[in-house]
Amino acid sequence: MTAVDTETRETGSGASPPASHDEAASGRASKPRGKRRLGPGKAIPFGYLVGPLLLLGIWAWGSAQGWIDPRILSAPWTVAATGWDLWESGRLGPDLLVSARRFALGLTIGVLVGLVLAIASGLSRWGEAIVDGPVQIKRSIPNLALLPLLLLWFGIDERMKIITIVLGVLIPIYIHTHNGLRSIDGRYAELAETLRLSQGAFIGRVVLPGALPGFLLGMRFAVTSSWLSLVVVEQVNATSGIGYMMLLAGTYGQTDIIIVGLVLYALLGLGSDTIVRLIQRRALSWRRTLED
Amino acid sequence: MATHAGGLTATTAAVHIRDLHRSFTDESPVLTGLDLDIEAGEFVALLGRSGSGKSTLLRALAGLDQDAFGTGEITVPHQVSVVFQDSRLLPWQRVLSNVVLGLEGGGAKARGKEALAEVGLAGRERAWPRELSGGEQQRVALARSLVREPELLLADEPFGALDALTRIKMHGLLRALYERHRPAVLLVTHDVDEAIVLADRVLVLDAGKVASEVRIELEGHRDPSDPRFAAIRTELLAALGLAGGVEITQEES
Ligand SMILES: Nc1ncnc2c1ncn2[C@@H]1O[C@H](COP(=O)(O)OP(=O)(O)O)[C@@H](O)[C@H]1O
Ligand SMILES: [Mg+2]
Repeated sequence: MTAVDTETRETGSGASPPASHDEAASGRASKPRGKRRLGPGKAIPFGYLVGPLLLLGIWAWGSAQGWIDPRILSAPWTVAATGWDLWESGRLGPDLLVSARRFALGLTIGVLVGLVLAIASGLSRWGEAIVDGPVQIKRSIPNLALLPLLLLWFGIDERMKIITIVLGVLIPIYIHTHNGLRSIDGRYAELAETLRLSQGAFIGRVVLPGALPGFLLGMRFAVTSSWLSLVVVEQVNATSGIGYMMLLAGTYGQTDIIIVGLVLYALLGLGSDTIVRLIQRRALSWRRTLED
Repeated sequence: MATHAGGLTATTAAVHIRDLHRSFTDESPVLTGLDLDIEAGEFVALLGRSGSGKSTLLRALAGLDQDAFGTGEITVPHQVSVVFQDSRLLPWQRVLSNVVLGLEGGGAKARGKEALAEVGLAGRERAWPRELSGGEQQRVALARSLVREPELLLADEPFGALDALTRIKMHGLLRALYERHRPAVLLVTHDVDEAIVLADRVLVLDAGKVASEVRIELEGHRDPSDPRFAAIRTELLAALGLAGGVEITQEES
């Protein structure tokens, strides 16, 4: 057996440029500096809540001072009370459940379809030739404009609502995953060839993880898009759901109920975006970006 | 060691190239009728000016030259490993997963760990590539290529991006790994001393062919201050068109 050199540290390796030169010159104590000089700096705990809370504060302040007419915008506490009443009387629960179900179903199917289309089009020229055009066409047609046709085709039942959401969701998933796939460094494909990776291993180990940042970005748009489509389908033609509840309230001039609906949409939207961001952080821990 | 194989076992060629032509444009061909044989277990270094076609030759051997065109006869062993100048580790896979990438079977993980230990990186299996220094990343790349027990190891300036000190350590490591696994090696380098320290035979590529070759017959430790080492260096530098060393001329003002 040959003894192999097992030193564990490189001396002055090229990977991390020694930062000591200018520091010695400025005579600073040589402890690791806590903050990067350029870039956004360290993350604020729960920082993403600051903006929304600020908005809430302004709303509450304005209502308390009497600057905001309650007929235009009910006070936060009125909205909270109304929301509680709706919940107590059992009117909110079923609507919320129906909306959540549509959201989840539409999102899941949309993500799967978008993903399959992106992989087909990202990995095969024929796939791209067939898939990419129609997706780009769909991208330029707003869901609202498709609605009359979808209504004619699928009627006003659940199917039409889910399909509308799916159509909204698959676009961002497709665009960002496809882009992520195509921007994977070609040198990794070269490596895969020298290692004689099978097609399956290549997709599983190189393509999908490499496209994951793109996919997750698409996921954030998809979640938002799913809520937006939900609002649209529930307000155009529905007999249940949060949107329907708001529509009904609108005809009776019940501002507080409308706001309850809006707040629910906002909370659900923010909540689901937060979940995606948490997944993003965990799944992309191999990266070092300005985010960290 | 490999030198004695010279005349006796000429049939055990690992690499056999005849009349290899490669070009990217019609005007300036890169390789023009190159012949080369490398024996099984022989360590060959390839020198040449920048742009002389070293990488082109290596990529032809690795089967990575889809964007070049040309003719010629190439025979390489079944199991070929490539080490690139960049370590080319997948940033989203941990170190051990990178080493065993594409290997199947239950023993793969264990063999990967063993290979990491061989390159002095035991215990770093679960690190991310970005947490390693440049030298460490390149050692992972070496482990990844050796765990496949290659009959031919192709390395394109594998230490070119490392600092001088790390590079010297890597020389020792590569030579030790070579002694142990005995693949045929084709090492592309621009560093004449690196070639003399490591190889059994040094080739100089010029005008699309192997223009000259020097067999290194220095026993034991190869010391750059050894006069015989210096003589070989001078010979190789001359073949590279730097006869008499580099002249430092002073402009008259
Ligand atoms: N993919 C390519 N497309 C066009 N020209 C190339 C390509 N790769 C290499 N060349 C050209 O071929 C010549 C030899 O390149 P290369 O083999 O990389 O040289 P070396 O590795 O010896 O420095 C150079 O003139 C280079 O410009
Ligand atoms: Mg090169």
